[in-house]
Amino acid sequence: MSDPHAPNGAAASAVAEAPAVGAPNVDEVESVIIRFAGDSGDGMQLTGTQFTNTAAVVGNDISTMPDFPAEIRAPAGTLAGVSGFQVHFSSLDILTPGDAAQVLVAMNPAALKSALSELVPGGTIIVNTDEFNASNLKKAAYATNPLEDGSLKGYKIHPVPLTRLNRDALKDIEGLTTKDMDRSKNLFALGLSFWIYDRPLDNTLHWIEEKFGKKPAIFEANRRALMAGYHFGETTEAFQRRFHIPPANLAAGQYRKITGNEAVAIGLVAAAVLADKSLVYCSYPITPASDILHSLAALKNYDVRTFQAEDEIAAMGAAIGAAFGGAFAVTGTSGPGLALKSEAMNLALVLELPMVIVDVQRGGPSTGSPTKTEQSDLLQAMFGRNGESPLPILAPATPGECFDITVLAFRLAARIMSPVVVLSDGYLANSAEPWRIPDVGAMAPIQIGHPTAIGLNGTGYLPFARDAETMARPWALPGTPGLEHRIGGLSKEPGTGNVSYDPTHTQQMNDERRAKVAGLADYLPEQDVYGPESGDLLVLGWGGTFGALRQAVIQANAQGRSVAHAHVRYLNPFPRNLAAVLGRYKQVLVPELNGGQLALLIQGRFLKPVIQLEKLQGQPFRISEIRAKIDEILG
Amino acid sequence: MTTETIPLQPVPMTKADLVTDQAVRWCPGCGDYAILATMQKVLPECGIPRENVVFVSGIGCSSRFPYYMNTYGIHSIHGRAPTLATGLKLANPDLTVFVITGDGDGLSIGGNHLIHTLRRNVDLNIILFNNRIYGLTKGQYSPTSLPGHKTKSSPMGSVEQGFNPLSVALAAEATFVARSIDVHTKHLGEVIKRAVEHKGTSFVEVFQNCNIFNDGAWEDVANAKTRAEHTLELVHGQPMIFGAARDKGIRLNGFQPEVVNVADVPADALLTHDERAQVSYHYLISRMTLPEYPVPLGVLRSVDKPVYEHQVIQQGRDAAAKMGPGSLEDLVASNESWVVSARNGLH
Repeated sequence: MSDPHAPNGAAASAVAEAPAVGAPNVDEVESVIIRFAGDSGDGMQLTGTQFTNTAAVVGNDISTMPDFPAEIRAPAGTLAGVSGFQVHFSSLDILTPGDAAQVLVAMNPAALKSALSELVPGGTIIVNTDEFNASNLKKAAYATNPLEDGSLKGYKIHPVPLTRLNRDALKDIEGLTTKDMDRSKNLFALGLSFWIYDRPLDNTLHWIEEKFGKKPAIFEANRRALMAGYHFGETTEAFQRRFHIPPANLAAGQYRKITGNEAVAIGLVAAAVLADKSLVYCSYPITPASDILHSLAALKNYDVRTFQAEDEIAAMGAAIGAAFGGAFAVTGTSGPGLALKSEAMNLALVLELPMVIVDVQRGGPSTGSPTKTEQSDLLQAMFGRNGESPLPILAPATPGECFDITVLAFRLAARIMSPVVVLSDGYLANSAEPWRIPDVGAMAPIQIGHPTAIGLNGTGYLPFARDAETMARPWALPGTPGLEHRIGGLSKEPGTGNVSYDPTHTQQMNDERRAKVAGLADYLPEQDVYGPESGDLLVLGWGGTFGALRQAVIQANAQGRSVAHAHVRYLNPFPRNLAAVLGRYKQVLVPELNGGQLALLIQGRFLKPVIQLEKLQGQPFRISEIRAKIDEILG
Repeated sequence: MTTETIPLQPVPMTKADLVTDQAVRWCPGCGDYAILATMQKVLPECGIPRENVVFVSGIGCSSRFPYYMNTYGIHSIHGRAPTLATGLKLANPDLTVFVITGDGDGLSIGGNHLIHTLRRNVDLNIILFNNRIYGLTKGQYSPTSLPGHKTKSSPMGSVEQGFNPLSVALAAEATFVARSIDVHTKHLGEVIKRAVEHKGTSFVEVFQNCNIFNDGAWEDVANAKTRAEHTLELVHGQPMIFGAARDKGIRLNGFQPEVVNVADVPADALLTHDERAQVSYHYLISRMTLPEYPVPLGVLRSVDKPVYEHQVIQQGRDAAAKMGPGSLEDLVASNESWVVSARNGLH
């Protein structure tokens, strides 16, 4: 690749040739993928977030991917401690953070070493040369200095003595230690990046003021570091080219940046408001779901009650109690936590109480890769409990969609009186995209009725009498006179809910629980398909892989192939037309970040052979991986 | 549901109102019957509308209790009742919630939930039926069984040290800790009423006889003939005196309680029970047991501390007062938003 700023994939770059000498021109390009990499303590997540915020505010489409270690502070300078943040920003409609970065900002040798594989061949490297000393080179397992041994030949290297330049810029601020100075060097790198990509500084300056306004020395250090980085770009001749990425052609409306976890949190609150319910969120801290708890704990003015439980089981139990008490009850977790909750989830299922269980999936099995992404809890959500245990399962496809799916989850839970599982994942949770702020006034209320009276026929209250249409049982709340009743985990008599081991009762209750979940298929939308209505190949996916799959299919169609894409949001029950959709294509490819879990369900349910594409590396699919598989299948 | 309905009125509660139509399925002679009858007797005296009462249980013989109380109730899963009760109180703090548990349910599989519920001081009434055995699973030693106890799973005698439930609760700094006996129904009723009155977690251990798998486990203290000699009924503000002739008392010798003849010591030498003392004192009392000491019964500790769910809900009220009740519009917006016009212009 001759131009490191050419975007990935089919979308061609429109980079003009830069002038050889003199002040750099600003060239217009469509897309850039930049990766900030440094030590966990270097503030790379913050740098990436600030860069993203500014890109969003100037109107680019954005997609981000934080990539950080599970260790909070691995030993400084080591490969284990490298924290990265990739930002894809564009004037086009983009769907993924990009397969590989075109620009790498590397704050130390370990960052360079670990992020180099994520850089396109011939890409640009802005490197902090001050950190390339013998000690840091050794920690990164470099035998020789890569900046000097020629091993980076082919890349465009911009050596910047960043630590020293930053200290110089900050040296006369009173009350600042060298350590304090170095803490702001990420802002220097950010300032330089802003200059190269022709970005305004106001947004970050405003943030610095908000964050550090009360600490004058720290405020000044960060402000000056940012400005110094920017001015370094302007005054040095090291950078001969600047780039401008025009605003993207997004649909009209008001936008904000949103991550999947943020969208889940506000989706839960929105659902509670739409249902006129208190939200009781019960959770035990677990990566990557904890941010949902943090967000909700700060929204107490919305009648949100958060419960940080002593363990995952307690969180699930408390959600059940809160649902019995009449709140919108939710628990959030990740795979290992879902495993711990499974017995209590079954109790919730047989008590037939509405609640939402959010599983932000991460790399497994066991503790696995807490900060990496996977889609490997689908079968756990489907089958990971004793007995016949049908639960509705939903999966958002994008960070923004986490909002809609979360609201829908409670709508369904209340509709059929059942727990509903939402399968997010580590990628959706932490990735950001522009989100068109919804018109909340147009959102339908979630209608919930609680019985307050019993009939005159003398039969009394029947806790398991079912609604003719939805099969939901009534949700009578403690505190309601005359409706006192007991429910439990033992087998029940239909209607009364009294303990019963009668074979016909056991069969009937199992049948009813299964039928009410299956019945949601008539309520939920049909499966939509992108691309040809029938043809050679259907790419079938679910969850956070949406962007890579859709982009690959767009590219394949642009090359004249007949490939469609269907992304399943409703995993249990499946959309009612899914069998028909599958039947319209000669072959079906199911790419998943697991060992073939949706593939197993599809083949078992529809007897339709599928081709699996699995990936278990803790990383999202690259567009190119899907493309390659499509090409392999279609020859 | 029929279409023809009438609004409901609260009914005055009597013992008969609290009996359900479900056949009680405990073994004949089980101590649970006496506890159930006592609960049905004293609950109407607590002045709580029946519809505001919820019984939550886990798994075990004792955990069938909610099925027999004509209030709201949940028979949940093993050990988890305190978690459901906590969520229930967060949703509706106005309810009076009982957790019915046993030595296995509450101290073994559910031990973690028990201590955390106690330390949070959720306004619950936890009644732990202690029979020192797993009854429902037909006779294995429990976390309160004594060392050497021969059971199906310990045919050569248990080699485990048991818990003292009161000491466990006090170590978690429970705000109300008490003990009674299944067959001592008058005393049990008074203790239950005190537990209901208390704001915060009330922990009540009830010595309960399992006449099938561990008959006579509490014979020394339950038998009315020997009870006076073997137990110490604690009364707040009163000297610790026991014995059929009320001739024995407890005094403190250094950090050790000791049994003395009342006649041998000055009146002010005896320990005076103080429910509101610091927890280390209550812990000391909780350690007294046969044969060296009488077994303390009654309310060991009752102190006022902020109630968990009240504080959670108050934080919400404070936040709403400070920031205003949240609107959906504010929720979905953020500090940094931007407008894209139809012609791709930015504002």
